[in-house]
Amino acid sequence: MNLLGKTVLEIKSLIEKKKISYNELWEFFLKRIKKYNPRLNVFLTIVDKKTNKIPIAVKDNFCTKDIRTTAASLVLDNFIPPYESTVTKRLIDNGFSVIGKTNMDAWAHGSSTETSDYRPTKNPWDLERSPGGSSGGSAAAVISYLAPAAIGSETAGSIRGPASWCGVIGLKPTYGRVSRYGLIAMGSSLDCPGPLTLSVKDAAYILELIAGKDFFDATSSLKEKEKYSDFLNKKKSYILGIADDYFEGVDKETEKKVNEAIEIFKKMGHRIKKIKLLSPKYAISVYTILQRVEVSSNLARYDGIKYGNSRQNFKEEAKKRMMLGAYTISFGCFDAYYKKAQQVRTLIIQDFNEKFKEVDMILSPTMPITALKLGEFKKYPFFGEKMDVLAEPAAVAGLPAISFPVGLDKNNLPIGLQLVGRYFEEKEILNLSYQFEKETEFFGVIKKGIERYSD
Amino acid sequence: MDKKDYLPIIGLEIHIELKTKSKMFCQCQADFFGKEPNSQVCPVCLGLPGALPVPNKKAVEWTILLAKALNCQINHFSKFDRKHYFYPDLPKGYQISQYDQPIANNGFIKIYYEKGLEKKFRIRRVHLEEDTGKLIHQGEETLIDFNRSGLPLVEIVTEPDFNKSEDVKRFLEELQVIIRYLDVSYADMEKGSMRLEPNISIKKLKTQNLKLKTNEIDNLPSYKVEVKNINSFRFVKQAIDYEVERQIKILEKGEMPKQETRGYDSKKGITYSQRSKEEADDYRYFPEPDIPPMVFSSQEIERTKLPELPYQRYQRYLKNFSLRQQEAFLLTRDKKIADFFEEVNNKFQTQSQKLSLKIDNSSQAIANLIVNKKISLNLDVNQFVNKAITLLLPKKTDKELLKKVINKILTENKKAVSDYQNGKKNALMFLVGQVMRELKGKVEVKEVIEELNIRVRS
Ligand SMILES: [Zn+2]
Repeated sequence: MNLLGKTVLEIKSLIEKKKISYNELWEFFLKRIKKYNPRLNVFLTIVDKKTNKIPIAVKDNFCTKDIRTTAASLVLDNFIPPYESTVTKRLIDNGFSVIGKTNMDAWAHGSSTETSDYRPTKNPWDLERSPGGSSGGSAAAVISYLAPAAIGSETAGSIRGPASWCGVIGLKPTYGRVSRYGLIAMGSSLDCPGPLTLSVKDAAYILELIAGKDFFDATSSLKEKEKYSDFLNKKKSYILGIADDYFEGVDKETEKKVNEAIEIFKKMGHRIKKIKLLSPKYAISVYTILQRVEVSSNLARYDGIKYGNSRQNFKEEAKKRMMLGAYTISFGCFDAYYKKAQQVRTLIIQDFNEKFKEVDMILSPTMPITALKLGEFKKYPFFGEKMDVLAEPAAVAGLPAISFPVGLDKNNLPIGLQLVGRYFEEKEILNLSYQFEKETEFFGVIKKGIERYSD
Repeated sequence: MDKKDYLPIIGLEIHIELKTKSKMFCQCQADFFGKEPNSQVCPVCLGLPGALPVPNKKAVEWTILLAKALNCQINHFSKFDRKHYFYPDLPKGYQISQYDQPIANNGFIKIYYEKGLEKKFRIRRVHLEEDTGKLIHQGEETLIDFNRSGLPLVEIVTEPDFNKSEDVKRFLEELQVIIRYLDVSYADMEKGSMRLEPNISIKKLKTQNLKLKTNEIDNLPSYKVEVKNINSFRFVKQAIDYEVERQIKILEKGEMPKQETRGYDSKKGITYSQRSKEEADDYRYFPEPDIPPMVFSSQEIERTKLPELPYQRYQRYLKNFSLRQQEAFLLTRDKKIADFFEEVNNKFQTQSQKLSLKIDNSSQAIANLIVNKKISLNLDVNQFVNKAITLLLPKKTDKELLKKVINKILTENKKAVSDYQNGKKNALMFLVGQVMRELKGKVEVKEVIEELNIRVRS
């Protein structure tokens, strides 16, 4: 049986019908990993231990009991967590098993997976290009089909960005919807775990398993999670908001594909409404300040005494962030930077809340351009922030969002579209994405991607 | 210059370790005393990557209770903050503490002295934080025990209202008694569940004999010295007095004491420089993003009910039992002893009424017995009362009179006598009561019982 490109739910059904065995399943993926991983550098640790569970790839910033977890930094080169993150625990309890820990920007600092201390991951569409980041390894694992699905994490764009550049589905849930316990903290007030998948159904299914209150995370929401999968089949019409600011500086080909998608949404019976949102540039400033502050604090524990490796292993990016963050909250600076950033964050939230009275979702390109060549990010000091400009407002506000493919550019690189929804309305953005998937099959982008790794 | 020209200005920082079952932000057992090092730890209190703090509700409730007992204003909005500094016993590189919005502010403790004198010392703030691990120096190496890491710690900061080490000591004693009444901490200085760090500086007085009230001092000295490692009540006065003397000597030379942290060496009875603090520490406080802010409604704050506190109990003993100040004070120092006193006193009053004993101001007499430890406090209430009755009754008994009265009572109560002889044991106590009443209680019960026993049996 050819398993290539089967979604998680398809695999589940094949197993239930005894069409394949777990052993065959693992053989299949482990063989592919052996073959393609050296080329792509997707995995930092491969778990070569077959189980009677469905394999899943997990970003290397989730603590996995007895499996090395590095956050792609040499500081944690030999850190083997004695405990399981809530996300991986819930997956394990529900029939999944970790097949490998995926590459990422070190400490999730970056948008290209190039700041990894273990060399960058290559974009499976073009090995000279970046898969995006920081969950670059997870997105690449899914499109090269080294795992049927992956878990990533997003602080601002780290799931949606790589999903867009690799041509898969990436879901960033509402802040607090999925527990952060065991996720190595980057920006604690922003971090969200989420799935990267080949189908919207898989994204809904995995979210259903990992979402919900966790008593180990005081910021996780008490709100009941929902039956995201069941909700997919509801036929609903939505009002989609479009803001001009979110198309500014966007590459022409990307703009064109997104506009074509908008026409399809219209034909499907959804309404498009022009709205005016706060310019995403404010979100960049807010995000940069808050995230740097939280980074400087969260990395303080790696003091060179524990975990065996010295602080010399922090590279330029981490050091820059720590310095900037520490400065921002040092005596006399707090009000001017941190406090102000929090005030603007409140304004951004209010702005979204206002606009969500008029529209159900906000639609825009996920990334302003398609995948850049490896090495190009060094030319820009705030590369990540600029690349993630369209992802940041939703991240700063803590809103749920999804990215899915809407076509390829002339270089055969995927283009992503994102939908941002109201707080805890993952079911609505999943519903609309599923409608779009049924209508367009994402223009065959996912299929084409996987077929590049078909032998 | 005269010593009178110098006024010590002392403020206190006190840490109280709460005795909750689990730690402040994780499920680990809090009681670490005597446990094997690093046996009560988890990802959270070890600060492992990815671990998150979840606040202990009980600890928050107890902090509110304690703050209320210290007459503080409980804030409706409070939050945790991260306080950054590097030290090997601090696993996360920051301590979860509270900065600009503590749980409570603006309280006071009233200190009352035996002679009825009262003094009030103001409390600036009460906040909740986590304890650190413990460094153990062993020869060449230093080991870290994280069993204590993450224990709930209440920090109480006073205004610089103290001028005398005696007052500091009394304040601490009062605080300890209050905390033990609330039963929220062992508040034991020797075991580290109560820690004192005084800030000491000396104000030079311009005018001699100028009478200053503490809260009228506006110009505080430009420096202060923090003294650490005072780990017993015995050393509080000694450490402060030493430090005050030391600073006065420096000022007399026309110099300024250095702003620094000093340790106290109890063996030598001196303080020594630990760390100079020329510049203010920059802890880079910012709101803890892992813990949502706490909001307390007026109803919630109201719901926290204080038990009777030592001061109130002291007042009640003066009023209801007409105790002397000294015994009322001493009895109310320990809640268990005060409870015992009340039980004994109650029982004693019923018993002596039954037996028609006449003892002037018997509550005071019982109080004396307890305070002076005339009877072992290990006895149960009944045993204690019986002993008390024997001790408190007049010693000399007129044997002739007793015999006469017994004769009279026995003839008057033939039924009781036959009842007793037929096995009704209570009947004897009835007869004892009759005899005691006739003698107006001026006889020892023991003797009455003995005598009656002989007579009734025959
Ligand atoms: Zn613990």
